[in-house]
Amino acid sequence: MAADPKQVSADVSVPPSKPAFWNDPAWRAIFFQVLVLVGVVVFAAFLVRNTLHNMESRGISSGFDFLSKTAGFSIGETHFGISYTEENSYGKTFIVGLMNTIWVSMWGVFLATILGFIIGVMRLSTNWLVSKLAMVYIETIRNIPLLLQIFFWYFAILRPLPGPRGSIQLSFPIINFTHLIITVLVSAAAIFLLWWIGVKKRYDADQKAMPLWMLVIASVVTVLIIGNVVSLVTGFGLVAQWNESFFLNNRGLSYPQPIPEEGFAITGWAVAIGVVAAFFVRRWAKKRQDETGEQFPVFLASLGLIIGLPLVIFIFSGLPLHFDYPKLTGFNFTGGSVLTPEFISLLLALSFYTASFIAEIVRAGINAVSHGQTEAARAVGLRANPILRLVIIPQALRVIIPPLTSQYLNLTKNSSLAAAIAYPDIVLVFAGTTLMQTGQAVEIIAMTMAVYLTLSLLISTFMNWYNEKMALVER
Amino acid sequence: MADAAQNHIVGEHPDLLPPKTEVGVWGWMYHNLFSSPLNNFLTFFGLFLIWVTIPPMIDWLFIDADWVGETRDDCGREGACWIYIGVWFKQLMYGRYPDEDLWRINSMYIIGAIGLIWLVWPNLKYKGWIGVFMLFLFPVACYFMFSGGSFGLERIETPLWGGLFLTLVIAVVGIVASLPIGIVLALGRQSKNMPVIRAICVGFIELWRGVPLITVLFMASVMFPLFLPEGMNFDKLIRALVGVMLFSAAYMAEVVRGGLQAIPKGQYEAADSLGLSYWKSMALIVLPQALKIVIPGIVNTFIGLFKDTTLVLIIGLFDFLGMAQAVATNPDWLGFAVEGYVFVAFGFWVFCFGMSRYSQYLEEKLHTGHKR
Amino acid sequence: MKLVNKLAVSAALVSLAFASVTQAGTLDDIRAKGHLQCGVSQGLPGFSNPDQSGNWVGLDVDLCRAVAAAVFGNANKVKYSPLSAKERFTALQSGEVDILSRNTTWTLVRDTALGLNFAGVNYYDGQGFMVRKDLGVTSAKQLAGAAVCVNIGTTTELNMADFFRANNMNYKPVVFEKADEVVAAYDSGRCDVYTTDRSGLAAQRLKLKDPNAHIVLPETISKEPLGPVVRHGDDQWFDIVKWTLYCMVEAEEYGLSSKNVDEMKSKTSNPQIKRHVGTEGDMGKSLGLPNDWCYNVVKQVGNYGESYDKNVGPETSLKLSRGVNAQWTDGGLQYAMPIR
Repeated sequence: MAADPKQVSADVSVPPSKPAFWNDPAWRAIFFQVLVLVGVVVFAAFLVRNTLHNMESRGISSGFDFLSKTAGFSIGETHFGISYTEENSYGKTFIVGLMNTIWVSMWGVFLATILGFIIGVMRLSTNWLVSKLAMVYIETIRNIPLLLQIFFWYFAILRPLPGPRGSIQLSFPIINFTHLIITVLVSAAAIFLLWWIGVKKRYDADQKAMPLWMLVIASVVTVLIIGNVVSLVTGFGLVAQWNESFFLNNRGLSYPQPIPEEGFAITGWAVAIGVVAAFFVRRWAKKRQDETGEQFPVFLASLGLIIGLPLVIFIFSGLPLHFDYPKLTGFNFTGGSVLTPEFISLLLALSFYTASFIAEIVRAGINAVSHGQTEAARAVGLRANPILRLVIIPQALRVIIPPLTSQYLNLTKNSSLAAAIAYPDIVLVFAGTTLMQTGQAVEIIAMTMAVYLTLSLLISTFMNWYNEKMALVER
Repeated sequence: MADAAQNHIVGEHPDLLPPKTEVGVWGWMYHNLFSSPLNNFLTFFGLFLIWVTIPPMIDWLFIDADWVGETRDDCGREGACWIYIGVWFKQLMYGRYPDEDLWRINSMYIIGAIGLIWLVWPNLKYKGWIGVFMLFLFPVACYFMFSGGSFGLERIETPLWGGLFLTLVIAVVGIVASLPIGIVLALGRQSKNMPVIRAICVGFIELWRGVPLITVLFMASVMFPLFLPEGMNFDKLIRALVGVMLFSAAYMAEVVRGGLQAIPKGQYEAADSLGLSYWKSMALIVLPQALKIVIPGIVNTFIGLFKDTTLVLIIGLFDFLGMAQAVATNPDWLGFAVEGYVFVAFGFWVFCFGMSRYSQYLEEKLHTGHKR
Repeated sequence: MKLVNKLAVSAALVSLAFASVTQAGTLDDIRAKGHLQCGVSQGLPGFSNPDQSGNWVGLDVDLCRAVAAAVFGNANKVKYSPLSAKERFTALQSGEVDILSRNTTWTLVRDTALGLNFAGVNYYDGQGFMVRKDLGVTSAKQLAGAAVCVNIGTTTELNMADFFRANNMNYKPVVFEKADEVVAAYDSGRCDVYTTDRSGLAAQRLKLKDPNAHIVLPETISKEPLGPVVRHGDDQWFDIVKWTLYCMVEAEEYGLSSKNVDEMKSKTSNPQIKRHVGTEGDMGKSLGLPNDWCYNVVKQVGNYGESYDKNVGPETSLKLSRGVNAQWTDGGLQYAMPIR
């Protein structure tokens, strides 16, 4: 307004009538804000005063001293390699509970994402049956309370399993690595030859390649023949022995634990080097494509660097890894690792439940990419796979990520239902046992809430950052 | 086909039937089930899945199930024991509410159902009055009917409340009470010229949205007694309800905020230019439009809350699922937990699925007038 | 705004109806509301458990009934709040219940840091282990590597940890909040061992599919004096609960029971018994109760021995012998302070 000189000059003679200050929006705003603030502060003070008074009159101790006191109770399972004994402090129980929460949330997010994407894509399938199956899954699972699903897995599926002595066993072959390596190398060479002669040569000659299915059958036959020949020549089979390695019972799933030996560190370094190298290859390939238009198979090269390179090093450094197999001694299985029924049921219920929501998000995200985009991509001459990879998925992800974030948050918060079965997450261990042993409800509930708030904040910050990175770059 | 095309005389079109693979059942099957090798595989895999899951399920649920009888011994067959549900039906529905007072719950159910159907049914008159009745009078009437203690009704302590009845009480109270709080919070969060109020509202909303309901319920059960002045204490159910209310109010606030943001700026400005005060412009212009848009969102929040009410069993209230858990440990009826879960799951599914369909219907209906 | 106002008003109405404001004295408060609010377990046969028709019965329940008889002269003026192990102390501290009679172990920390007062011991117990017979275990020392089912946040959980640590054995704890869940987990085979107070083992055993397939191991690994609890800071109420328990115990010592108390009251010349039933002295007045308070307790609830035999004794399904809970005159630990 001030920019308009005419108006200013017109207003000079009659100054604008100023409202009385109680009608002035600015004053009113201040007044109401002060009022509300005073109200909130008084209410908070009232609560704090009551709490302090009650705690004092009932002789409840306060403060955070309890965190350094000895806990004296045991915790069923710990993750991330944390060791905990009864002699540790209450503070340590907090850490253990927190880590267990993170552990189950992490795996839950991982599984739910995979399952959710698969079901979301199934829902969009042109195959009527597949699409309807996905729909039935979504509509059933998401309309049943999560807690009920946890109970179902825990009490109805895992509880009735046989005891340790009647475990359901699954044997796994112990592979003879020398045999495997020779077979793989020779077969790879043979299959390459097959492909070279059957596909490349014939195509170059008369534009008619060998059909894919024929190639696949020929390859399988080749591998079988070569495998048997190697057995004959070397005198030992591919399978050194069958070993009972997986045991499912009402104490959970016992499985062999890989134990690295001396020299395994080199393989670890190889993975790190592979990742770094793959990163540089990607940058180089992009630069080259920008400059010359030539493409480079980045995906295959990265795969080779990240998996192939460490694998080769692992083999040549003498396979420095062995497995610790579970064995039934006394009451339970010792050795190996175990997934407890509490963990399994919580993880499965969380993943299945969240996947039903993610599936809907994925469907909506892919549907949100306008059909014109696909048509335009086709018009440019792209084929089905690049259209999906370069046109549809990047745009769909932009729509998918924000709601996906809130699903991840929900999953993390829902992992607190562990308290209903006996998975020792932070709510069960810290807001449960520790609270009952110390009686310090205020401090403990506040700490537990702070943990979830922080986790929420961290996940949403990360997702916002990712979202920004994926966002449409406009001119 | 190719021959036919070559043989006809130029300019003349033979009246060929469309190919069999394009029309009718076969055409549909070809296009929707067997259009490619991958689809063939998927179809057969899907059929296999159905084959291994559905027939045993039907056997267990219906064919092999026991339907008539009164004791555990009547359940001798392979399938489900629905007698178990029959025996404990009253507990699953009403908890330990006295038998002779069940009419109090049932009559309110009937009144509530009539009111709801009236509100939901399209093109009925007096919806406004019915709405006011359902929102204000009905809950108060329910309170006096359910807990008694006045009007000659016997007082019934809340520990006796349970089952589906308790689930409905918690969910409905949670949603009805959280709506006004949520509206106030949303308005506070949207107020541009009052940063303090906005900060308080944002803090409140994010605090409750960032923590799981179970910690809120723990707080309600072990911390609320400390917050209150000495000597004053609330019933456990009331404490849980307060927790649920605070929690769902935060979610409701975000739903309402979505509606407020969807109202075009012109509406706010038009209200201002008419000289309406803030509250008048909100109450007469903005909120009626915003709330209408967010009805599907409110229904969705309600579905979420309805499912979440099961968490109260962790603090020792016997809701629908809690009751199913409790009767499953009865020494005379051990081993029928699955039947209980299936029954409860079916109950929740019917409610939630019905509501989600209703919200989708509303969304479509409301969209027509507001899409710009 | 109308909407908000109306809801606020109705919410306030509802909360007023539910809120109960207690005054300084618990006794006055209980008299005013007309009943005793008693915190009990969520179902422990023999101690506090609803019977077929939904009435609470048990040793702990009898204590609450006795207090009601002492205060009101009517043992039925009690309402029960079933509490989990987690809620019990909060419920007592906040005034939700007037007395906690819920197989609660008397420990120093609870007596001091939690702001509670234990009014005596109505059952001397100790922690034991139960296992399946077919495991072939005969001693708790053979339990290395076992999975143990236990109630969360109890002294039981701590004792168990101490025991395994002291004997250098490792174990896997499986914890649940509700006793029923612990029993169900043990029964389904999730754990090898179930541990709780020995009386609890005897009681919970009845909930197992096949009670005879399990044995209780001989070791008792802890002292578990179970008793009624009241809040810190109200000495009169503390005295009433304490002396009601002594009244029951002393009645047994003097041979007073619900069957003969009327007869004894009119016929006896023994001054001890006269003081006991309130025909001599003014014991009730010192407690703030009517003088026949103890007569009412014995008449309506019975003496300690009657209560024991009816609820947990050898004739019941729990089959617990008196053991250390016998009268001191019989070599047990139940020793009532003299009412005089």
